[in-house]
Amino acid sequence: MDIVERRITDVVVVAPVGPIDHPNAQDLERALAPVLARDATGTSALVLDFGSVGYVSSMGLRVLMVAAKALRARGGRIAVAALQPVVAEIFDIARFGHVLEVFPTVDDALAALAPSASATPGAAT
Amino acid sequence: MKLVRFWGTRGSLPVALTAQDVRAKVTAALRGASGRAFASEDDLIAYVAGLGPEITGTFGGHTSCVEIETGGPEYVICDLGSGVRPFGQRALARHGPASPQTYHVFMSHVHWDHIMGFPFFTPAYIPGNRIRIYGVHERLEDALRRQHGAPSFPVDFAALGADIEFVRLEAGKTREIAGLAVTPMLQRHAGDSYGYRFAADGKALVYSTDSEHALVDLEETRRFVDFFHDADLVIFDAMYSLADAISVKADWGHSSNIVGVELCQMAGARELCLFHHEPAHDDWAIVRVLTEARRFEEISRKGRPLRVTAAYDGMEIAL
Repeated sequence: MDIVERRITDVVVVAPVGPIDHPNAQDLERALAPVLARDATGTSALVLDFGSVGYVSSMGLRVLMVAAKALRARGGRIAVAALQPVVAEIFDIARFGHVLEVFPTVDDALAALAPSASATPGAAT
Repeated sequence: MKLVRFWGTRGSLPVALTAQDVRAKVTAALRGASGRAFASEDDLIAYVAGLGPEITGTFGGHTSCVEIETGGPEYVICDLGSGVRPFGQRALARHGPASPQTYHVFMSHVHWDHIMGFPFFTPAYIPGNRIRIYGVHERLEDALRRQHGAPSFPVDFAALGADIEFVRLEAGKTREIAGLAVTPMLQRHAGDSYGYRFAADGKALVYSTDSEHALVDLEETRRFVDFFHDADLVIFDAMYSLADAISVKADWGHSSNIVGVELCQMAGARELCLFHHEPAHDDWAIVRVLTEARRFEEISRKGRPLRVTAAYDGMEIAL
C-alpha cells in the first residue's frame, strides 16, 4: 500500500492510502516502525491521516494499538484524523474511540497534539 | 447433526435478571405503546412481537453448555457450565430416572465457569447412566474431581452413581464419537483451551469459546480460517470489544464480534453465533454488540452474506 509520511516540527503525519486489511496491515506496521523507534526527542506525536483509507480490519486496528502503546510508553501522543464514514463506523464498533484520540481533520489533530506544528505555514497540506 | 441448543451462553460467571432489569423492560414496552390503541388481542400481540429481544427476551445467565442433537440416541454437549443443570433436568423429564442414557461431553477447558455445573448434573447421580467426558487437558479429571467434594461441595465425586469415564483427545486428531467426526484445536487462553469441529451428514459445526486472537501473524489467522472452513455454524467467543481485547484485556483469553465476523467471512462459514457474553453486559448491551456485528458484516462482506446471531439460553439453531 502507498504510505505518505511528512514531518511538521516534532510531529510525524503518516497518510496511508487504500484499505488497511489483513494482507497489507503489515505494510503500515513496517512504515510506522522507524517513527516508533525514534528517541523521545525526535518525535513527540504521530498523526495518522486516514483521509484516503476506505477500510480497516482488525489487524489494521491492532497496528494502531501497538503504535499507541509504543508512543505513550515514551510520553508521546497519537491521533487519527479525517476518518471516512465507514471507517468511523468501524472505529465505533471496535470501541477504538475509547483508546485513541480521533479528530475530524488533520488540522484539528495538529492543533490538539502540537499547537506549534499547526501554526507552521502549510502544516495541514 | 440436526440442531444446536444453547443451555448456557454467559462468560465467566452466571448472571440473573434483577428487578431493576425487569422494570426497565416493562418501562420500555410501555413507552413504546404510549398513545397507541390496541383494538384487539391480536393487535397487542403484534405490538409485543415487534419489540426487540432486549425488551421481550433475555440472553440469560447460565455459563457455557451447548447441546448438539445428532439425530442419534446419545446426548452430546459441550462444556459443563451452569447450563448443564437445566439440560440434565430436561433429559430426566424426557426419559425418567429409570431409563439409562449416554452423555458425551466435550470440554473446551477446565476453568471454573466451564465445570461449575457438573455437581448439579442430576444424571451423574443415577446408576445406569453413562457419561464420557472428553478433553485434551491432562488435568481434566482432576479438575472435575476436586470441585466435587469437601470443602467445596457436600457430595464426593466417588458417590456419583453413573458410569463416568474420562477420555483424552489429541489436538488435531479426528475421532469418531457418537456419529460425529470430532477434531479439537488448540486455542490461545490461559492454561490453554480447545475448540472443537464436529462434522456429520455433510454438516460442520465449530465450537470455539475462550479463544483469544492476538492478530500477531497471518499464520495463526490461517489456522483458524482452516478450522472454520465452510462451517454451517461457528459458535464464537465474542466477550469483549476489539479495543478491549487487544489493549486493557489483552491476554485475558477472549475475542470480539469483529474478529468473529472476519474469520467466518474468510472461512466461508454460513453462520456466526456470538457466545460467552460478558457478564457485565445487560440485554441492551448484547443486542448492541449483535447489531454492530451485523453492520460490520455488511461493511466487510466480499462474498455471500454471513448470518450473525447472538446465543441466548434456550436458543435453538437448526443445522
